[in-house]
Amino acid sequence: MNSRLIVGIGAGAALLVAAAVVLLTFERPPVVSVQRGFRGTGMELVYNPRMLEVQAALQVLPEVIEPADDEDPRASEIYQNVQVLGGLSAGQFGRIMQAMTAWVSPEDKVQNGGCGYCHNLENFAEDSVYTKVVARRMLQMTQQINAQYASHVGVTGVTCYTCHRGNPVPQNVWAAQPANQSWTNGFAETATGQNRPSAAAGQASLPLDPFTPFLMGAEPIRVQGRTPLPAGNYSSTKQTEWTYSLMMHFSTALGVGCTNCHNTQQFSSWEESTPQRVTAWHGINMLRDVNTNYIQTLQPVFPANRLGPQGDPLKANCTTCHQGAYKPLYGASMLRDYQELNRVTQGPTEIRMP
Amino acid sequence: MLEYQNLFTRVQVRGPAYAGVPFSRGDGPREGKPLFSHLAGILGDAQVGPIYLGWSGLVSLICGFIAFEIIGLNMWASVGWNPIQFIRLLPWLALEPPAPGYGLRFPPLAEGGWWLLAGFFLTTSIIMWWVRIYRRSRQLGLGTHTAWAFGAAIWLYLVLGLFRPLLMGSWGEAVPFGIFPHLDWTAALSIRYGNLFYNPFHALSIVFLYGSTLLFAMHGATILAAGRFGSEREVEQVIDRGTAHERCAIFWRWTMGFNATFESIHRWAWWFAVLCPIAGGIGILLTGTVVDNWYLWAIKQGYAPSYPAVYPPMVDPASVLGAGR
Repeated sequence: MNSRLIVGIGAGAALLVAAAVVLLTFERPPVVSVQRGFRGTGMELVYNPRMLEVQAALQVLPEVIEPADDEDPRASEIYQNVQVLGGLSAGQFGRIMQAMTAWVSPEDKVQNGGCGYCHNLENFAEDSVYTKVVARRMLQMTQQINAQYASHVGVTGVTCYTCHRGNPVPQNVWAAQPANQSWTNGFAETATGQNRPSAAAGQASLPLDPFTPFLMGAEPIRVQGRTPLPAGNYSSTKQTEWTYSLMMHFSTALGVGCTNCHNTQQFSSWEESTPQRVTAWHGINMLRDVNTNYIQTLQPVFPANRLGPQGDPLKANCTTCHQGAYKPLYGASMLRDYQELNRVTQGPTEIRMP
Repeated sequence: MLEYQNLFTRVQVRGPAYAGVPFSRGDGPREGKPLFSHLAGILGDAQVGPIYLGWSGLVSLICGFIAFEIIGLNMWASVGWNPIQFIRLLPWLALEPPAPGYGLRFPPLAEGGWWLLAGFFLTTSIIMWWVRIYRRSRQLGLGTHTAWAFGAAIWLYLVLGLFRPLLMGSWGEAVPFGIFPHLDWTAALSIRYGNLFYNPFHALSIVFLYGSTLLFAMHGATILAAGRFGSEREVEQVIDRGTAHERCAIFWRWTMGFNATFESIHRWAWWFAVLCPIAGGIGILLTGTVVDNWYLWAIKQGYAPSYPAVYPPMVDPASVLGAGR
């Protein structure tokens, strides 16, 4: 064949591949950078206004429902089986029910939505629908987060809407994934829990599930050496990849780079980190509490179609609330308008199978 | 036709195929009937073949093929032998070294044993290729510069996959075989050992890496620019005025006051190239074995910069609340 033609075809193919790589992996400018530390140290967050616009649409607040008076009678006096909201007035009780419907199962958006999503419409007091049992526990979880984790949620607090945003199941949840078993019955390399495009870690080949060890369990996250010379830190490079994967999750969940919390000069140094790192540290503890004590305990209540492939319930991570924003809903407080949520009783409510 | 008078030319002149110098004793025959390719002539010499394989080349190819198959088949098995997924996910797939818990023991094949086997065959293949390069240089009466330059690259390879894991007491510290996985491993190594940018040998290695590209660009450009004056005829030019050699030398003397000679430029380039992996290998070998955190080490040695604080002083919340790490 004519070698000029071959060269031409080769060059054309190379150009196509290069164009595909550039178009599919690079982000079109403009780029805006926000300084996060001392000048010249690269402590900067990078944003693209075009991407932010798309993002902003996800962080819109719903309309506030007219407040209700805190006057007698109490909800527990006129309704039956009010276990965690009994201290509210009947008016407030009705208001928070209305709000929860709008936030979690709006009639116009969700199939079988409205009151009937959680209640038996013949007898509202009955616990026969599993979602009611779940909702009660979730109310307690919300109260727990707002009361115990002000270190993470501040005075802004959270409501059902922070995660749900009009969906019965929040859009960003996780569950344990089955290992990628090879087809050779353990003769070839067995699943390593990594080396696939990891959605958790920004499509890197890092570990696929950093949530089970770190946001459910309490495996050590800190791997970096704390002394110049070796002195008993036996964290391995492989282990570091798990921490790395978790950090990539933080980064994608909040739409920020490492520098939101760390000075990358030395990731482990608290002296050189930003205050956001302390907030994030409390967030890790909060998620461990939420996932183990609130969501995992509901496992027997959920029907099979609401469980993950390994039979565990769908759990929370940073994206569940943040959804790509450095603060959920850009830090707007909905809790301020729904003080009823602070009056949920933790109580010894047992979780009964409906 | 200026181009015809210049050996630095893209015009392909075809003569009879040349089989090469006579064999020395103990050498096998050269393989293959030589052919001419115009395409090859665009990139280099138009004559392709014959090739000398020899026993070292044969062993190298066989071992390299075995390593390639172990890595590739394990990757393919990991996607359930699905050919489409294999191609689609190839950049992410890997053959991982054993878990750190195995230390330096030989683990089951499925849990890192294949990695050790692949590493053994790949290393044998590379060493045999080095032997081949050394022997071919000798056979042609050349110096062994190429073999030692290749040896510098082998040093870095062996540090990463053999020497450092041995010193650390764990095969798990070695590099996985895989395209993205080995890059993620590189970043993880730097994070674990406190930022490799503060490792002075890493810094030196980068100096020689970038320096090599600079020297390569300067030398390549100089010789091509003087091609019209016959810059390839080095020896007969060095004593004459106005030759390509003198023009090249004067060009750099006028530009920066100092110039290399036709001999020294190649020595510079060789040393820059080999010092890149040699310095890098030393830096990796010290990581985790002698130094655990390069940043803190740089603070201790007084060369890491510190910057004014921007945020109020913070303490580790774990140390305050007595919680876990």
